[in-house]
Amino acid sequence: MPLPKFRLEKRESVPNWFRMALPFIAIGISFIFSSIIILFAGKNPVTSIYSIFYGALGTRLGLMETLVKATPLILTGIAVSFAFTGKFWNIGAEGQLYAGALAATWAGISNFNIPSFLYIILLLVVGFIAGGLWALIPGYLKAKLKVDDVVTTLLMNYIILYLVTAILEGPWRDPVTMWPQSIMISPNAEFPKLLQKSRVHFGLIVGLLVVFLVYIIIKHTKLGFNIRAIGANPNASNFLGINVTKTIIITSLISGGIAGLAGVGEVAGLHYHLTENISPGYGYTGIVIAMLGGLNPIGVLFASFFFAIIITGAQYMSRATGVTSFIADVIQGITLLVLLAMLILYEYRIRRVE
Amino acid sequence: MKEIFTIGFFIGLFSATLRMATPLILATLGEVFCERSGVLNLGIEGIMLFTSLIAFLTTYFTNNLWLGVLTAIIVGILFGILMAFFTVNLGVSQHVSGLGITLFASGLSLFTYRQIIGSPQIPPTIETFKTLTIPVLSKIPIIGPILFDQYILTYIALLSIPIVSFIIYKTNFGLSLRAVGENPEAADALGINVYRTRYVALIIGGGLMGLAGSFFTLAYFNMFLYGIVGGRGWVCIALVIFANWDPARVLLGALLFGGVDALQLRLQAIGFNIPYQFFLMMPYVLTIIVLVLVARNAIAPSSILKPYRRE
Repeated sequence: MPLPKFRLEKRESVPNWFRMALPFIAIGISFIFSSIIILFAGKNPVTSIYSIFYGALGTRLGLMETLVKATPLILTGIAVSFAFTGKFWNIGAEGQLYAGALAATWAGISNFNIPSFLYIILLLVVGFIAGGLWALIPGYLKAKLKVDDVVTTLLMNYIILYLVTAILEGPWRDPVTMWPQSIMISPNAEFPKLLQKSRVHFGLIVGLLVVFLVYIIIKHTKLGFNIRAIGANPNASNFLGINVTKTIIITSLISGGIAGLAGVGEVAGLHYHLTENISPGYGYTGIVIAMLGGLNPIGVLFASFFFAIIITGAQYMSRATGVTSFIADVIQGITLLVLLAMLILYEYRIRRVE
Repeated sequence: MKEIFTIGFFIGLFSATLRMATPLILATLGEVFCERSGVLNLGIEGIMLFTSLIAFLTTYFTNNLWLGVLTAIIVGILFGILMAFFTVNLGVSQHVSGLGITLFASGLSLFTYRQIIGSPQIPPTIETFKTLTIPVLSKIPIIGPILFDQYILTYIALLSIPIVSFIIYKTNFGLSLRAVGENPEAADALGINVYRTRYVALIIGGGLMGLAGSFFTLAYFNMFLYGIVGGRGWVCIALVIFANWDPARVLLGALLFGGVDALQLRLQAIGFNIPYQFFLMMPYVLTIIVLVLVARNAIAPSSILKPYRRE
């Protein structure tokens, strides 16, 4: 029997339902591929994937932890999405997160004698500035000197991680425990908890607020228009009278600042001190989230919750089934690749050849 | 201080420089192939990490180093094919394809190691390659121990440079490769198969990245560590720019970065009154500085990042 033949046919436009459905289809296909890998590990993929969702959503504790994990992911996701919208390839959200955490810790352990709400605002401001400045270096180098942003943002991640370790093993080493971690921040600087008997904190509100603000900036401001124009075509933007250099620099500053806020939240909302491993790669997950969310703030919000489920659930699943929690990293990689392959369906549709 | 900088110190330093430069040379040559065909392969970091693991596991279970090298190359090639599927067949973003492959391969490395080895107190080790001392030549004072007492993979890396140069500049395939990288439409009109040329380039590139990966666990260290590649893939991306896409100039850049790596390890050991992390930072800081210096004069193959679709 001859196999049916298919060919790709160019699309005129993409129906809205398809745009909405595509990420979900991509997730479904990713789970199929991930199942194959779990099978190779000699485990049952159905119970494994079920326990990911059960661990993240099935109990109150799990659900709360999912919200805790979603908090930094919303921020790194929206940071990357904002940058990618303007074709600033910010792969450095991980480092910018640490820059923000470093600055927030500095302010937090300085024990300023100010009211709590002012202290929290101060932490957010210094964290935003630190993350922003850390991203500004590659942003400036790209805009002014045409230095490739992918490589510089990536390399800056390694640099700040060594910087954080140097500070934690040096001047900030906990004098009591002698562990490479800072002392506790001032109780006045701590983010309030949102829900009783949980670790869900004010950082979640910050995340949602930033998503809203980014939505406004992108859709309704001159800056947002310029960023979108550069994202669509950097060369044509020059002719439209857009100051491309300036826009790229501002994009990098805001994107890095938002990623910095993720670091502030982890310090002031969750750990109350700085350690070398406050982020298990939230900055890199942010890239997958931005893409899965279609560089759309609302989409990013959904995608961050999805990956918060995967990361939280994978830890539960690891204890329940013996499949290592690193499956979360595998799922992230596969989801990005599957989604990317499917993006071609925005341009083409598959038609059966008669 | 003066006693430290003896002849012995410099022989050790330069010898280590060549050792550290080995994976950089191999992977950068691989990336040169990819980019010359018009495809930026950001999968390099993940491919090196995963192939270093595969090389380790193969040798760990079979006690055969060359089988480890071979499987690393094969897996590297498979990742090259995957990259080609995304960038050549589908023609989607090269940036995101490469990052996706790196994320996937890195995640898979962590997953595979933990699932197979677990997390024992003392990580398992293997018997690595021994240095291959070349008779007579290694007896030459100073130069002998630096150049002729190295791992066989280091000699292979050094020999690859003229070979790759020859392939790119003197063979028909090299001509097609450069044509496709500069102007795929014109190459196509001349009867060159653009898709096939890019596939071959990404396959060779992936193989070289796999070979580079195997060096980390079979020669450089005797075990697998999660941070074993530690951003050297990104350094290689910068080295391609530094080398201006010319294989011969890859050597210079790789020696420079290998040298800084070797030097910072020695400076750490000497124990200056500076936190050792600042020495660890040096290669990354230097990479950025070098990128800034060469960015203006760098001329990438014109078709890079642009998918080619035959209508």
